Amino acid sequence: MSLDKPYTDVPGTTIFDAEMSRQGYHLNQFCMSLMKAENRARFKADERAYLDEWPMTEDQKLAVLARDLNRCIALGGNIYFLAKIGATDGKSFQQMAGSMTGMSEDEYRNMMVGGGRSIEGNRYIGEKK
Amino acid sequence: MARISASVYTSHVPAIGAALDLGKTAEPYWQPVFQGYDFSKQWLKEQKPDVIFLVYNDHANAFSLDLIPTFAIGTAAEFAVADEGWGPRPVPKVIGHPKLAGHIAQSVIQDDFDLTIVNKMDIDHGLTVPLSLMCGHPKAWPCPVIPFAVNVVQYPAPSGRRCYMLGKAIRKAIESYDEPLNVQIWGTGGMSHQLQGPRAGLINKEFDTDFLDRLIADPEGLSKMPHIDYVREAGSEGIELVMWLIARGAMNDVNGGSKPPTVRHRFYHVPASNTAVGHLILENN
Repeated sequence: MSLDKPYTDVPGTTIFDAEMSRQGYHLNQFCMSLMKAENRARFKADERAYLDEWPMTEDQKLAVLARDLNRCIALGGNIYFLAKIGATDGKSFQQMAGSMTGMSEDEYRNMMVGGGRSIEGNRYIGEKK
Repeated sequence: MARISASVYTSHVPAIGAALDLGKTAEPYWQPVFQGYDFSKQWLKEQKPDVIFLVYNDHANAFSLDLIPTFAIGTAAEFAVADEGWGPRPVPKVIGHPKLAGHIAQSVIQDDFDLTIVNKMDIDHGLTVPLSLMCGHPKAWPCPVIPFAVNVVQYPAPSGRRCYMLGKAIRKAIESYDEPLNVQIWGTGGMSHQLQGPRAGLINKEFDTDFLDRLIADPEGLSKMPHIDYVREAGSEGIELVMWLIARGAMNDVNGGSKPPTVRHRFYHVPASNTAVGHLILENN
């Protein structure tokens, strides 16, 4: 029996389940290594060389280099792990979250101040807004 | 015997910690958030708990993908503050209560909840932000804290029902501890928020309001809400709210007591960074 996934019809959302976790193991463990200041410094000095120390896929490495968080998540990254890359770059969680929405930083911030993204039209894929 | 006097519920957004640590609490953006805790700080000072049993989730700081315990109880004498990537928060280390924590672990495991026992772990903003919100900037936290970490990083988190029943078992354990301790139980995380993907920034005030209402008046019914409702309605990270049910399950009224708890304080505000901030204080009667 395959995994029961009742959450695949939620729009714009990837649930970090067992399959994603297996796919993203090395990507996420690389992120985890950035909790140490000396590793952050080494990564910043030569990102590509640092990434090459990890058995990640080439796609995962390119997604990290491009800071494409949506792509990182599609390749098994989890946001709490990926946040360590943002922290290394000096980014806030709001900047990171906003970067995945196609909105500018200001637009995203203003949306949050205005009460956030509405749930209406955002429950099911293909739902009419 | 030890007793649970009250439960506290609060969100634990990292940006709240940053705002506190960088002295931004008076800024127009943050002021309404912190104002919601003015009463709570005074209340906590007056209550003088001996121990806080603090339910939170680790955000890939103590636990990487190498080890993902569903329920982990901190039994150490002290816990260091994690470097989450920005450097450790400048807050006091957390002093544990190994004796009570060990007692709870032994009791709860024999009550069919298979906890992971942790004798060494760093604690992250999930635990320190609630303490900061409730205590301000003390040189040391006001009392020992037992960290209780719940997995909400890799799906599935434990069900709301499981959390609620666990709360009851924790209560039973605490009430069988033969020192007269005043114990508070805190449930943290939530409320609605999503930190990932094109749907990031989701807030559902209606869901949150209903959750607060039902947590107070119908925790039994609320505990039966399935995961998918949290994910769909409150965002992929809104599922943290299951942790509030652990604290709620430990209250008198759902364990044979006749009187409902007193709602000492209720607060809700949008936004703190990406998140809806909710906060409740319930006192046992």
